[in-house]
Amino acid sequence: MAHPTQLGFQDAASPVMEELLHFHDHALMIVFLISTLVLYIIIAMVSTKLTNKYILDSQEIEIVWTVLPAVILVLIALPSLRILYLMDEINDPHLTIKAMGHQWYWSYEYTDYEDLGFDSYMIPTQDLTPGQFRLLETDHRMVVPMESPVRVLVSAEDVLHSWAVPSLGVKMDAVPGRLNQTAFIASRPGVFYGQCSEICGANHSFMPIVVEAVPLEHFESWSSLMLEDA
Amino acid sequence: MADVIEDKIKNYRTAPFDARFPNTNQTRNCFQNYLDFHRCNKALSSKGQETSPCDWYQRVYKSLCPMSWVEKWDGQIEDGSFPGKI
Repeated sequence: MAHPTQLGFQDAASPVMEELLHFHDHALMIVFLISTLVLYIIIAMVSTKLTNKYILDSQEIEIVWTVLPAVILVLIALPSLRILYLMDEINDPHLTIKAMGHQWYWSYEYTDYEDLGFDSYMIPTQDLTPGQFRLLETDHRMVVPMESPVRVLVSAEDVLHSWAVPSLGVKMDAVPGRLNQTAFIASRPGVFYGQCSEICGANHSFMPIVVEAVPLEHFESWSSLMLEDA
Repeated sequence: MADVIEDKIKNYRTAPFDARFPNTNQTRNCFQNYLDFHRCNKALSSKGQETSPCDWYQRVYKSLCPMSWVEKWDGQIEDGSFPGKI
């Protein structure tokens, strides 16, 4: 989850998010280098004692400052396209879950075998127990088996919503009448938080998403338990 | 043929990748399998054959389609107001 005064991304919990994180580090480093260089040049230009500063030309420097930026752009584009295609790869999911957005809660449906469906409401602040996170906890979590490719089909029952879990590198708009597919693999067990990412009315900020990745046996016992309770 | 399908259904995990619907929008994937299930049922039962091969389509649409959509469509089929051609 996010921390106060956090500057970077949340720790990655899926292989795709790890790649995105590293690419962001790479691109941001290039940005910092260029910005530092430009700042240095500005200061140098402004503080020089030289008087003949204008109407100069030089073929060499013109070539350098045309070719070098082109090279830098290629160095950014190649990893970017690699990740783009990586995210678009055909995967073979082990499990399909439907995440339906409502005003103002998510409901999850696991219908590969039995018809398991449940709602996931935010826990109000006054009902939190010590150690729980304000505005992020829900009464029922979306439990998934870890290290398994999971397909999530996102839709909405009323207005636009968006299902997002930053640590898994996932965000998908929930559009009524449309079924949007996204997929992820949770590389480690854990609890991953997200929030609705499309304005949807008064309680848009109060319909969080919690994904809990557990070993497969725990997932199987959880789903049997949920089916009994339903 | 029927036992190939039976095998596939026995080892069913979830709806597999369908090359007809390679993109993010899977709406048609869900709807097509729903249609195909009902068409398959209609076609096989009209010939007096077993409808168990149709179960594949049912497993797939159950995996993909939101339960509310399926309930709505089932209701429409009962009413006779279902918009698709079966």
